[in-house]
Amino acid sequence: MDNVYQSNHRKIATVLSIIPGVGQIYNKQYLKGFIFLVFAASFLIAFWDFIDLGMWGIVTLGEQLPRDNSIFLLVYGIISIFLIAIAAIFMFINLRDAYKNGQKRDMGLQLNTIRGQYQNLIDSGFPYLMLSPGFFLLLFVVILPIIFVLLLAFTNYDLYHNWPAQLTDWVGLENFKKLFTMEVWRDTFFSVFAWTIIWTLVATSLQIALGVFLAILVNQKELKGKAIIRTLLILPWAVPAFVTILIFSGMFNESFGAINTTILAAFGIDPIPWMTDAMWTRIALIMIQTWLGFPFIFVMVTGVLQAIPNELYEAATVDGASALQKFRQITFPLVMFSIAPILITQYTFNFNNFNVIFLFNSGGPSIPGQNAGGTDILISWIYNLTMTTQQYGMASVITMIMSAVVITIAIWQFRRTKSFQEEDMM
Amino acid sequence: MSTKQSKIFRLTATYFIIAIMAVVIIYPLVWVFGASLTPGTSISSFSIIPDNPTWNHYKELFNPEESLYLTWYWNTIKVSVLSMLASVITISLMAYSFSRYKFVGRKNGLVTFLILQMIPNFAALIAIFVLANVTGLINTHLGLILIYIGGAIPMNTWLMKGYLDTIPKELDESARMDGAGHFRIFWQIIMPLAKPMIAVVAVFSFITPFTDFILAKVLLRQPEQYTLAVGLYELVSRQYGSEFTLFAAGSIMIAVPIAILFLSLQKYFVSGLTAGGIKG
Repeated sequence: MDNVYQSNHRKIATVLSIIPGVGQIYNKQYLKGFIFLVFAASFLIAFWDFIDLGMWGIVTLGEQLPRDNSIFLLVYGIISIFLIAIAAIFMFINLRDAYKNGQKRDMGLQLNTIRGQYQNLIDSGFPYLMLSPGFFLLLFVVILPIIFVLLLAFTNYDLYHNWPAQLTDWVGLENFKKLFTMEVWRDTFFSVFAWTIIWTLVATSLQIALGVFLAILVNQKELKGKAIIRTLLILPWAVPAFVTILIFSGMFNESFGAINTTILAAFGIDPIPWMTDAMWTRIALIMIQTWLGFPFIFVMVTGVLQAIPNELYEAATVDGASALQKFRQITFPLVMFSIAPILITQYTFNFNNFNVIFLFNSGGPSIPGQNAGGTDILISWIYNLTMTTQQYGMASVITMIMSAVVITIAIWQFRRTKSFQEEDMM
Repeated sequence: MSTKQSKIFRLTATYFIIAIMAVVIIYPLVWVFGASLTPGTSISSFSIIPDNPTWNHYKELFNPEESLYLTWYWNTIKVSVLSMLASVITISLMAYSFSRYKFVGRKNGLVTFLILQMIPNFAALIAIFVLANVTGLINTHLGLILIYIGGAIPMNTWLMKGYLDTIPKELDESARMDGAGHFRIFWQIIMPLAKPMIAVVAVFSFITPFTDFILAKVLLRQPEQYTLAVGLYELVSRQYGSEFTLFAAGSIMIAVPIAILFLSLQKYFVSGLTAGGIKG
């Protein structure tokens, strides 16, 4: 291809554009070059000191007290990396632009006029313009915190290593080592993790089973008053969960709760220590989550059931299928196929269901020999480590492990769903 | 006759099960209503129908000098409505660009959203807490609103993009022929057609802040700033049991309006949810 070109403008323009804008000026696009130059200069003037401080800060995390606050420096460091990334993207656009226009000149083509450049900018820039508000918000409220947590996991940031008393330091894999070798951490981690898994599996499966069962029950042709029954069964979903959970924590209260004083008493059963015995708290939590969670499944399954064409059942009846066979061969597979993606979201939701655990009994009762409550799941344990004992470094390590589990399941789910495989979607 | 008998038996059993479910569902709600009418703060010995019911707890909640309940209600509505408006605007803009334009970084952007929607935004709880302290956004509603919007973007953008993809592209093209600009096509052609999905996104981004507890609990420190979830929790947990009757009245006044709103709107957003989720 090279011999087609009659000149070497593209290379010269690209090299000159190492100072942004100069290449464009060389290509005789003066206004564009000038704008690039001003933009680059103001970026450097505005952010040079900040980036300098941030890069020094993220490497050292501060050197003397009380001047340096390690955590501030860490945040500055991450923002500096963002800024450098933005600068790199700008630099890439600038170099490419200089090269492209130089190439046009080499091939003897006319360059765009200022008007044409403007039109071009509007057309190709419009999606970026629309994305930018959401993008910057995501960058600072979602991505920045995630990176921050990832980095915190490798520091000793806690109550004692905190400004202004102490500097925080990078400690490498120390926190991970502590979690798996120190007895109190290891025992707590494994017992909390085990309960999180049991909780997720049992509570979610129960709410799904109840939801599917009721949906099929209510969908029977001969049943009267379907509208009222459906409204009634959706009620637990309609009331905000935090309200119901707090109501339940009152009902299960050992001194005045209705469960012990009214219901169990009516059957002549002795009061049960719902709030002070970890086993009973767990049972109560699973029952409450079933109560809270089944209406969603109920609504989804009802939607699917109503969409199954009646001819399927009629044909089955003609072939002499029993009610049970119809259910096993037609209803169940169709329902499960349709709602499978939702089911997995239900499991991941309960894996992270902080509200029910915390609002019911704050993760308690406490258990000797470990630093989490008897019903704490990972997310509520992280909350306690952050808000109560201020072990930020350890909390970050657990957050990383927890997120890894959720992301693995979610990716596995999305690779199976149809929408991800449809090329047009992406 | 045996099929008829078995049918009667089946229906009776069905009604029986539904009756049990009705009791299980209604009982807690009736119980808390009874508690809200019980005089005094002690409910150690109250029954579903209190001996001498009183509306005093409701009066107390409505009196700004005795309780902050109305402030909390106002805070919650303010935070939820502002988050909803801002979320719907940013999400529509983003979904439109992802749906209609081919640009560098589009595919990476979509994959990033897919991964981000899997991580609940409170996973970065520690970071949110520390960063809010660093930036001075702790104890402000602004910080809370920003986090809610950020959390709503990834999932709802996918939802909205999926819906916009179903609107034929020929519409945009013919409008472009007629000389309509980018923004005009978005605003006057696509958005009116996307109303059902805008409604779904609006409901989601209103309900999430309204019912969120954890982020509000982490960020808001002063009782004057609380949202309802945090306020009610503090009411119950401060001295356990002693303010339960007051809490009961407060929870009735949240449960009833929200439940009515939810039940009257459910037809619309459940269909959007079913379409999105099942195709998902």
